[in-house]
Amino acid sequence: MTESVMTSTQTEKRNPWNAIAIALLFVAIYFGLIVTVADQYMNADLSFGLPLAVRTLTAVLGGLLGAVIFLLGDRLEGSTSTITLLLVVAVVFLIIGTYFGLYVAPPEQFMGEVQRIMYVHVPTAWNALLAMTFAFACAIFFLFNGDWKWDALMEGSIEVGVVLAFLLCCQGAIWAKPTWGVWWDWDPRLTTTAVLLFAFLGILALRKFVDDPVRRGVWSSVATIIAYVDVPIVYFSVRWWNSLHQLQSNPNTVSKPFWIPLRANAFGILLLMTAFILLRARVASLRLKNELAPPPALLESELGEVV
Amino acid sequence: MLIAALRKEMLLQWRTRAQLMAVFVFGAAALLLFSFAVGPVAEMLRQFSAGFLWLGLLLSSTLTLAESYHAEMENHALEGLLLLPANPRALYYGKAIANWIQLTILGMALVPVMVILYDAGTTRIVALFFVVALGAAGLSAPGTLYAAMTAQVRSRQTLLPLLLFPLIVPALLASVKATSLIVLGDPMGQLKSWISLLVAFDAIYWSLCGLLFDRVVEE
Repeated sequence: MTESVMTSTQTEKRNPWNAIAIALLFVAIYFGLIVTVADQYMNADLSFGLPLAVRTLTAVLGGLLGAVIFLLGDRLEGSTSTITLLLVVAVVFLIIGTYFGLYVAPPEQFMGEVQRIMYVHVPTAWNALLAMTFAFACAIFFLFNGDWKWDALMEGSIEVGVVLAFLLCCQGAIWAKPTWGVWWDWDPRLTTTAVLLFAFLGILALRKFVDDPVRRGVWSSVATIIAYVDVPIVYFSVRWWNSLHQLQSNPNTVSKPFWIPLRANAFGILLLMTAFILLRARVASLRLKNELAPPPALLESELGEVV
Repeated sequence: MLIAALRKEMLLQWRTRAQLMAVFVFGAAALLLFSFAVGPVAEMLRQFSAGFLWLGLLLSSTLTLAESYHAEMENHALEGLLLLPANPRALYYGKAIANWIQLTILGMALVPVMVILYDAGTTRIVALFFVVALGAAGLSAPGTLYAAMTAQVRSRQTLLPLLLFPLIVPALLASVKATSLIVLGDPMGQLKSWISLLVAFDAIYWSLCGLLFDRVVEE
């Protein structure tokens, strides 16, 4: 296990997967955003005649696959340039999303201006769930495969997932106060998010308290699997208990001017999240390399000096 | 193998029975304190009695679960146990069943305290004990697994509740709901669905935690 960490520290190599991931993300952004913008504001049809369902599916799958290829690539300690690129594109998307969300999209009929918080709330929810799901996948891979890469990626995605879940709870509370009249409501999705947040915070605490890297990796993987399996059970139990939240929307129930900020922010947060997970996983893998390295006194050269 | 592991745990618990007594006193004291949160309004206390009972049991359970690996941590006894030609799963299930029995006894002992303090009596005593047993099973399966981790870590007193509490939300919710339906009456006939939720939670975690346990203790 030590060797795999050692070899991955070698100098940066060009990775063809980077190009594939960027191409996939571009296709996703094209069908997810550019086609809609052109249709809405320039009366141009750039869709190549593809129906809406196919475009949406291409956008969602392309975006996810691109992000996952970025994350799975074996370059945790190289290619700062790709991360910078991801960050820059993410910021551009978030600026576009914020502009459209605040100035272009009309206020909603019943909730008024407050509804604009949806443009960050919903993308945050999607991406928080995505980060947690990725952490769950990393946990399974680490338990069966034992590659330290998964441990580092799991740490990164749990941390980013916790930050997103925390933001989600805050945004939800800010939105709930003017619309429902209370900061907090015991509806299934809100409560499940809170439970998920605390469960994953506990796992982060576990990682801080365990010094042995092998135990830390295995135990936090086990805890991640157990916590993730809990999510649907919590959701259904709370739903039986009490319910008030509005039903999920789909592209048919949301009119076009609402999509653009929603999608721009969704892609923006997806790219930002990918970049943050990569950065955080790099820190984790450097620390792991340090922890797994033999103590300096045992190195041969120094052994010679001592003797 | 499982029988041997269970026998060892039960023997250990019998020899440290003073501890169970102390935990019971802790739980009863917690039930007493909860009533100060509401005030001496008999009707309100009765309304919340099920929730107080389960919170009392949950707080007591962190004490018994954290203690359940005490013997294994002394003199590297856990490593000795793992060297035996025995499946670690038998070790887990032995401990989990022992914890389950202990928590069920504790829960059943707390029921009279609830009845007296909150005037929450019921004649459906068998159904109530059945719910207590199912809820205790939901606490002990993940609790035993997490205790195996946290027992080997510094500041284990903080870490076990931190990991366990968010996880057992569905079991707690279903137990409180079912107990409350038994105590306050069940005009809509909802008891069955909450009990089935509890059974499903128990089934998932008793199998999943058993599967993952040997990864937790292996070196």
